[in-house]
Amino acid sequence: MVRVNGQEIDAAGKNIEEMLLEQGFEKGRVAVERNEEIVSKATYKEVILSDGDVVEVVSFVGGG
Amino acid sequence: MNTQDTFVLGGKEFHSRFILGSGKYSMDLIKAAVEYAKAEIITLAVRRTNTKKEENILDYIPKNVTLLPNTSGARDAKEAVRIARMSRELGCGDFVKVEIMRDSKYLLPDNSETIKATEMLAKEGFVVLPYMYPDLYAARDLVNAGAAAVMPLASPIGSNKGLATKEFIQILVDEIDLPIIVDAGIGRPSQACEAMEMGAAAIMANTAIATAGDIPTMAKAFGNAIEAGRQAYLAGLGRVLERGASASDPLTGFLRD
Repeated sequence: MVRVNGQEIDAAGKNIEEMLLEQGFEKGRVAVERNEEIVSKATYKEVILSDGDVVEVVSFVGGG
Repeated sequence: MNTQDTFVLGGKEFHSRFILGSGKYSMDLIKAAVEYAKAEIITLAVRRTNTKKEENILDYIPKNVTLLPNTSGARDAKEAVRIARMSRELGCGDFVKVEIMRDSKYLLPDNSETIKATEMLAKEGFVVLPYMYPDLYAARDLVNAGAAAVMPLASPIGSNKGLATKEFIQILVDEIDLPIIVDAGIGRPSQACEAMEMGAAAIMANTAIATAGDIPTMAKAFGNAIEAGRQAYLAGLGRVLERGASASDPLTGFLRD
């Protein structure tokens, strides 16, 4: 299992791009961090998720 | 008066000295607020993306506006650096407002963690604007850490209480050789104006606008007040008498010899 934004999902073995698509994230509007390291957009297809990975998918919201 | 009064941050030139926050109000008012305020910089936060289709704030911000993401939610330097890197990966530039808080009651910035984060992020090429408690030594450390400006608080975040730290902000204005941007707690245009008269380089405000009766009109009032305060600072304020009075009219005889 992979922990994405605090939720356990069945994404081990998939690449970042597949996971984003399946979970309904808009690729162009998010940034992805895997195990506290930034995943650059150019490598979304190459980075394969492993069991136990912790992923954060973030975007901009209003703030001060 | 100097008509070319520009404000430079991270190599970018700005004409407006009003940094507008985008929190706590509806997205369709953001564009109007930016336009009425004549703001050229707007702050944003970074949060986990909701998988449900939702509106994206970037669609509501005019393209010529510089984005200033903050690191809100960070409790230490390490978390602030992570959030800053994520914000940069979102592809909207290198500006970051470092804000690090350990308590949610008073939301006061942790100056020592802020200095650490500023140093790390400046080394990574960020234009770092640290939100801080107005302490002279901390401000000097932020200068040495590579900050692009220093953002002292006027009073607690979201309080609209005004320039509670006025004396200490004045010390920073006088002693720190970086733009001083007064951030947090400014509740009224008159307070923004006063901070500008003191020599602040810019004002950041969010709650004062977000909680106003008419958001775009208040944004405009702030914009005007900030401009007025800047002009007063550039003009040089008139002196204050220790005591007594000084006639504004000619003192030559009139009606009497």
